[in-house]
Amino acid sequence: MCFSQISSMARQMGDSHRRFLQTMMINGITDEHSVKALYQYCCEVNKTPHVPDKLDEFIDTINSKLQAMFMQIRKGMSEVDGHQYYVLVNMAETNITRMSSDYADNELELFRKIVDLTVCSENGKVSSTDILNITDTMTTKKLKKSETEHLLSRLVQDKWLCEERGEYTLSARCIIEMEPYIRTMYQDHLKVCHICHSLAFQCQICENPTCGIKIHNPCVARYFKRRTEPRCPSCDDFWPHEIPGAFTSCKVLLHHNNTASLIFMSTTAEVEDSVAQ
Amino acid sequence: MTHRKRSFGSQSFSQNRRQSSSSGTQEDHEDSMFTQPSTSQVLRGLENLTPAQVDQKTSEVIQYLLVKDQKKIPVRRADLVKHVVKDYRNVYPEIMKRAARTFEQVFGLKLVEIDSKHHTYILINNLEAADRPPPVQCPANPKLGLLFVILGVTFMKGGVVRENVIWNTLKKLRVDSGEKHEEFGDVKRLVTEEFVRQRYLEYVRIPHTEPMEHEFRWGQRADMEVSKAKILEFMGQLHEQDPQSWTQQFREAQSSSSSQR
Repeated sequence: MCFSQISSMARQMGDSHRRFLQTMMINGITDEHSVKALYQYCCEVNKTPHVPDKLDEFIDTINSKLQAMFMQIRKGMSEVDGHQYYVLVNMAETNITRMSSDYADNELELFRKIVDLTVCSENGKVSSTDILNITDTMTTKKLKKSETEHLLSRLVQDKWLCEERGEYTLSARCIIEMEPYIRTMYQDHLKVCHICHSLAFQCQICENPTCGIKIHNPCVARYFKRRTEPRCPSCDDFWPHEIPGAFTSCKVLLHHNNTASLIFMSTTAEVEDSVAQ
Repeated sequence: MTHRKRSFGSQSFSQNRRQSSSSGTQEDHEDSMFTQPSTSQVLRGLENLTPAQVDQKTSEVIQYLLVKDQKKIPVRRADLVKHVVKDYRNVYPEIMKRAARTFEQVFGLKLVEIDSKHHTYILINNLEAADRPPPVQCPANPKLGLLFVILGVTFMKGGVVRENVIWNTLKKLRVDSGEKHEEFGDVKRLVTEEFVRQRYLEYVRIPHTEPMEHEFRWGQRADMEVSKAKILEFMGQLHEQDPQSWTQQFREAQSSSSSQR
């Protein structure tokens, strides 16, 4: 069998691809570990040979057929745990998307406003109070307080938003699915991670006013691993934020104006916030 | 959310399906206004459109059907034409032909018309059932387990069963139709409305019963998607019996799996 025959065979969809795609459709978002297990399962059930490191090609085959329908299986990193996730995204501009069948028009309007608030926020977090306030600006049928709260819990359940202590953030699924939309809509306001170049909402920011680059928390952990003196990759100023996963006992910190201070740090967010002030 | 559901078959629609519709609904009227274009009309229509335009419209139809299928809601031709196909209605058969082909080749799904009077479509799984469950937890799984029990009991009873038999069976499994269940919520609504709307079950009133009683049957989607052999296997596991010991059902399961698809 010659090479061109083999490569054209590789581009053909078989039942293993179809089974994989059906499962991806049902789940919305799948973590990398499960995706690898699913790939193996689909090959085994279909009695086709399973080559573990050919997952990308397997998905490329599916994507080449999905392209005509403005759908793609995309991979992205979670801002929270740093792991890779796979999402079947819809890239069509029309209203016939998965979300529009689950949510009413005014609920979708509020969701877009929440995305808007998040993109323009400092730390990628939006409080429930801010969300309740913004319902006043709705042009479609305004949602009442109880309806807003119910909508928020459904958005969390459907994995579009995450909630922690009354603050809402965009989920990995949301960011991966809506990245093209966000990039187009918010060209000026966009925050991009200096390390991985993906959209950055929950991130650390360089304190140097002339620099201000952003790095995701998991990207910070990876980039600054085991460095005793973390420095901004762009302006070389001291990186003052806590490095996730780094030792949490007392540290000696040198501020960018070279004042040494001894600060006891723990990993709780409250202490980190008060130190940042 | 109720405003979204109103255009897709109510319970009375499914109950009256076999009898002629008494009063025409809005969708019936719109559908009767849509006459299937002839082959020559389609060919003429295609001449006036670029391939890209037809492809784009086809992909919109595919998207729409996939989204509705996520909820297992049947799609009426009238809605499809009104909301998606629109001015491309003169090439509607060509679009549907391409959509059906894509569903089979890319998604392993089969586009099936379950109602030739109202032209209602569903998507069924065209792939063979796997011998073991996938390693990924799917959200619909618990509900399907419940459905399988109901399908199983109905099948064992010869295809029709009075509703109290089902309620009693579920009660033995600690799923009480009268109470709110932790996992399933309103069980009665799930079984008599959601599963019926999705065409997994039929819930038909038994005439001359006072108080009103109903019976359950397999719905069209179950007939097409669910293998009777698998159900028998499931029942065998439940009762710890060899499926072959139920000779009549076993025979029926064998003959139906050869006629399925």
